[in-house]
Amino acid sequence: MSALVDALVLGWHGVTGRPGRAVLSALGIALGIATLVLVTGIPASGQADLERRLDDLGTNLLVAQPTGTGSGQPPSTLDPAAAASVRRIGPVEEATAVANLNVRVLRDDLADPNTTAGITALAAGPDLLGPLDARVADGVFLTDATEHLGAVVLGASAAEWLGVTSVDLQQPRRIKVGPAWLTVVGVLAPTPLTPELDQSVVVGWGTARAELGSDGRPTVVYVRAVESQVEAVRAVLPATLDPATPGLLGVSRPSDVLTAKRATQGTFSGLFLGLAAVALAVGGVGVANTMIVSVLERRREIGLRRALGATRRDVRRQFLVEAVLLSLLGGAAGTLVGLAGSLGWAVSRGWPAVVSLQAVAAGVVGAVVVGALAGLYPAVRASRLAPTEALAV
Amino acid sequence: MTTVSPPVLRLEAVRRVHPGGVVALRGVSLEVAAGDDLAIVGPSGSGKSTLLHLMGTLDRPTSGIVHLGGHDTAGLRDAELSRLRARQLGFVFQHSHLAERLDAVANVATGLLYAGVPRRRRRARALEALDRVGLAHRAGHLPGQLSGGERQRVGIARALVNEPALVLADEPTGALDQATGRQVLDLFREVHAQGTTIALITHDPGVAAVFSRRVEIRDGVLTEVATGVAGARA
Repeated sequence: MSALVDALVLGWHGVTGRPGRAVLSALGIALGIATLVLVTGIPASGQADLERRLDDLGTNLLVAQPTGTGSGQPPSTLDPAAAASVRRIGPVEEATAVANLNVRVLRDDLADPNTTAGITALAAGPDLLGPLDARVADGVFLTDATEHLGAVVLGASAAEWLGVTSVDLQQPRRIKVGPAWLTVVGVLAPTPLTPELDQSVVVGWGTARAELGSDGRPTVVYVRAVESQVEAVRAVLPATLDPATPGLLGVSRPSDVLTAKRATQGTFSGLFLGLAAVALAVGGVGVANTMIVSVLERRREIGLRRALGATRRDVRRQFLVEAVLLSLLGGAAGTLVGLAGSLGWAVSRGWPAVVSLQAVAAGVVGAVVVGALAGLYPAVRASRLAPTEALAV
Repeated sequence: MTTVSPPVLRLEAVRRVHPGGVVALRGVSLEVAAGDDLAIVGPSGSGKSTLLHLMGTLDRPTSGIVHLGGHDTAGLRDAELSRLRARQLGFVFQHSHLAERLDAVANVATGLLYAGVPRRRRRARALEALDRVGLAHRAGHLPGQLSGGERQRVGIARALVNEPALVLADEPTGALDQATGRQVLDLFREVHAQGTTIALITHDPGVAAVFSRRVEIRDGVLTEVATGVAGARA
C-alpha cells in the first residue's frame, strides 16, 4: 500500500514537473479517447432510439406479397379472400390486403407526370389503418360508405408531391388517378414501418373496381400477429396465401429492415472506431516520446535514486507509473469531451441521451493500456542506465 | 586500524578496467572500520571517482572483492545490492542533487524512500536529520530559496537520515567557496564525532587534512598517508 502511494506520488511529481509538456502529450491521448468514446457513445444512443421507436411501432407486423417468377412477368396477384384466410390463423391479430393498381397519379391534366411518378395507387378497405398502425393527419379515411364514391386518401409523401397536404371538405381537391378524377378526403400521417404507404394514394375497392379496372385481387397482405408468435405466423403465411406455389410468396418483417439499417450504420462506425484506434496509437507514441526525453533529461535523478537504494525495478516502476498517469490524465479529459460530444449529438437528434458505461470504461482502460505500452520502453531504458553513468552527467 | 570492530567496508585487490582498456584501479585494498573518518586524496584522473563508485556498490570491480556490511557484493543481485545501499550507505555529492520542487524536509525524506521506512515515519526522521545539520528552521524551504552551503547541508542530512554505517562523500566542498566549504567540513567533523563513519574523496589536501585517516590515490594505486588524529586545520 505504502509502496503504491509512493509510486503514485513520485509519478505525479514527474507528470507535473513539466506541466506544459504533460498537457501537450496528454492531448494526443485525449483526442484518441474522445474519438473512441464518441464512436461508441453515439451508436449507443442511436440503438436506444431504435429500441424506443420499435417499441412504438411494434415488431409484429408482417408483409406478404408474391415475389414474381423472376422471368420479367409482373408479380402475380393473391386470392380476393386472402386477408380473410389469414385472419383465420390463430395468432393473427389483424390482417388487411391492398392491391397495387398500376396507374398513374397526377395533380391535374396539365401537371408534369414525372413529378408524381413515384406515387403508387393502392386499392384498400376501410380496415387498412389498424394493422399498419396508420393515422389520419387531416380529413377522414375511407369508410364503407365512401369506398365506392370516388374518394382518395393520400399518403404523407404523396400528399407533399401532389401539393395537397390539407383537406378542406367544403372545397374538396380532386386529383387524377389513372383515367378517373377522385376527391381527396384525407391525408395520412407518416408510417415509418411501411414507407411504401407514405408514397401511395389509397382508393376504396369499390372505386378501384368501378373506375380503375381492378379485379379485386390484392397484391400485398399486411398482418399483425401476437408478438411471441410472429415467426410461426411468418412460416405458415406462404402456404396460406398461395397454396399452389408457396415458394413464390415473400414475407418480410419491416422492423427487421430498420434494425438492418441501423446495423449498416454500425459498420460505418466500425470505420470510425479504427480511426479512433489510430488516433490513440499516435497519442501513445507522443507519450512514449515525452517519456524518452524525460529519461534522458533526468539521468542525474535516476543516478541519485540508485545511490539512495532504488532498485532497477523501482526506477522502472517510477517511469511506468508516470507514463500511465500522463495517459490517464489525457484519457480522463478525452472521456469527458467524448461524453459531452455524444450527449450533445444525441440531444440534437432527439435521441435518448445514453451515458455508455462501456464507453467510459473503454476510455479509461484504453488510456491505461496505451500509457503502459508507451511507458514500457522508456522505463526499461531508465532502469538499465548504469548508476555511475547517470551520476556522471 | 584504531578499532577492533569488524570493518564496515573492505576492498581486496580490486581492479577496475573501464571498457576501452583504461585501467582505473590497479589492485586496491582498503578497509574502513566503524568510526573511521577517512579522506581519499588524489588529483583528477587518479581513479578516485571509480574508487568511490566501487565503495558505494554503484559499480562492480573487474576483479577483486568488495565486502560491505558483511556481504561479498559480487554474489548479490541488483535488488539485494540496492537494499544494501539503501540501509548501509549514505551518499553526498559535489552538487547536492536536490529535487527543486520538493522542500528541504521532503528532499531529506527521499533518503528513506527506498529503505523500507513507512511513509508516516519519514517526515519526523527527516526533520531530525535536518536538525542535526542545523537546518531545522529551513525545513519548509525549497532548494531555490537556500544558499549553496545550505543546499549541501540538506544533501548531507539526506545521507544521514537512514543512519548509514558509512557516509561516502564525493568532493562535497568542490562547488562551494572557501568559507562555506569550511562550514560543511566542520559539519562532517561534528557528524563524525557523533559516531558516523565517513569516507570522503577530494583533490584538495587542505580538505583531507581535516580527517584523521588519509590515503592517497595516484594512477589507480592507493597509499596510506596518515593514521591517527586529525591534522592541523589548513
